[in-house]
Amino acid sequence: MTGATSSRSFVKSNNLYGWLFISIAVILLAVFLLYPIVYSLYLSTTSSKGIVQNFVGLKNYIRLVKDPMFLLALKNTFTLFIIQVPIMLLLALILASLLNDKTIKFRGIFRTGIFLPAVTSLVAYTILFKMMFALDGFINTALMNLHIIKEPIPWLLDPVWAKITIMIALTWRWTGYNMVFYLSALQNIPDEIYEASEIDGASKVQQFFHITIPILKPLIVFTSIMSTIGTLQLFDEPMNLAQAGVTSATTGPGNSLLTLSVYIYNLCFKYMPDFGYAATVSYVIVFIVAILTVIQFKVAGDKS
Amino acid sequence: MKTRNIAKKIIVYVFLISAFVVSVFPFYWMIVGMTNKSVDVIKGKMTFGNQLINNLTTLFTTFDMKGVLFNSLKISVLTVIGTLIISSMAAYGFQIFSSPAREKIYNAILLSMMVPFAALMIPLFRLIVKFGLLNKHIGLILTSIASVFIIFFFRQSIKSFPHEIIQAARVDGAGEFRIFFTIFMPSMRSTYAAAAIYSFMNSWNAYLWPLIVLQTDEKKTVTLLISSMSSAYTPQYGVIMTAIVIATLPIIIVFFTFQRYFVQGMLGSVKQ
Repeated sequence: MTGATSSRSFVKSNNLYGWLFISIAVILLAVFLLYPIVYSLYLSTTSSKGIVQNFVGLKNYIRLVKDPMFLLALKNTFTLFIIQVPIMLLLALILASLLNDKTIKFRGIFRTGIFLPAVTSLVAYTILFKMMFALDGFINTALMNLHIIKEPIPWLLDPVWAKITIMIALTWRWTGYNMVFYLSALQNIPDEIYEASEIDGASKVQQFFHITIPILKPLIVFTSIMSTIGTLQLFDEPMNLAQAGVTSATTGPGNSLLTLSVYIYNLCFKYMPDFGYAATVSYVIVFIVAILTVIQFKVAGDKS
Repeated sequence: MKTRNIAKKIIVYVFLISAFVVSVFPFYWMIVGMTNKSVDVIKGKMTFGNQLINNLTTLFTTFDMKGVLFNSLKISVLTVIGTLIISSMAAYGFQIFSSPAREKIYNAILLSMMVPFAALMIPLFRLIVKFGLLNKHIGLILTSIASVFIIFFFRQSIKSFPHEIIQAARVDGAGEFRIFFTIFMPSMRSTYAAAAIYSFMNSWNAYLWPLIVLQTDEKKTVTLLISSMSSAYTPQYGVIMTAIVIATLPIIIVFFTFQRYFVQGMLGSVKQ
């Protein structure tokens, strides 16, 4: 009898403590995360000019299709995402599997050096790249001295080259970061698997495609989702590569670096504020992230 | 066969060395740039100059480097302390006192991790204005101390924390909060270290949200100062390099001191 009561009161107090422990975080998250997410969805159905806010239903979503700036931002973001993410992840995978080979000397130094870019702030490294890729900057000077090019490349002055520059910068910053994830997972694969396959006559390339990639599959999905979200949110880099930063008239030559996040910022803080329409654009990112995540899980054949 | 192997080895090393040089070179260039004049930096001079003192003087007199460093440090340290306590407590609550209701809340929170910041930005900005937190450091801190990722990260590590220790402490009559602060926290040092690095780096390097919240110069952070320096009409490249080095160095030091914890911790949270 007493045992039952005390255990019931224990469950009760347990429950109370559960709420107490999570309370502060849950309140903060409800106010600063969940409420904004829901409110943003509501905002996306309104039109606000100044302080007047009108309900317009799906009108904002229809406006998207006819908005050349939005379509450009969408195209730019997708171009960066489709080209840069696979190159970077493949590079990270190759580096990780090379560095997992115990016969390679100075593995620690290679790993640390290649990872080093991942500790820099996004703004700092972007500005570093902006200086290096200036018309009369280090990269052009070096390439001309090496007689690889005759004329300086207009890295940040031409729409196509500007995209290439930002892709180079992104790859520099994130390859080592992804490599470390892969490398730590590879170190958990028993050497015997590779040894056995070697006896069976498998080449290094075959091992890479038939052992390394399948084992790392969950991690590859995880890193590609993270990179997808990261690319769709790209803001610090395009903003700081632009000629005059936040105050630039265009983001990159011919708005070639205008990403969705930059466009949202512009809609809120640069042009006449239109929070309703900005929220609509932001929900486009939410939908794209959701769709791409589902696709990535499907491609990986992950049942969970 | 032998020569083919050697050829392969050479290719591998050439590849690794190029990746290493490309990764590390900008750091060398940044340190060299700190000692050079603006003109030399942009031209890509690769040797040390004698402008270090000049650049430092300009940075600390023309620009309020001391002020922004103090702001960044204050915001980051307070954010880290707040995040560690509040987010680890929440993770502990979710894992140790699990209940169906709380599990639903946890799943909802996790799902929101997929929502990009851009989608929260507008309502969040309006909230900050409404609460009178615009242009205040506390506005930045308060909005980031309950971190979904850190809660998730802590919960993953708590799963391997021996439940018996908690039971034993309860039998000894210790209160739940005392168990958390005096038994749980000290024994999870490495998890706290990893979370601290992650949260410090995030806060120190943050750009978009501080750009929106902090509006006057005396409130700005190092990251904001560097950004505005480089978009000036005639940027002083040597001085910018000096600022970048000063802003990057603390992170590099903190990171390499604790990197062991960091990589293990981050990977542990991914695998499960």
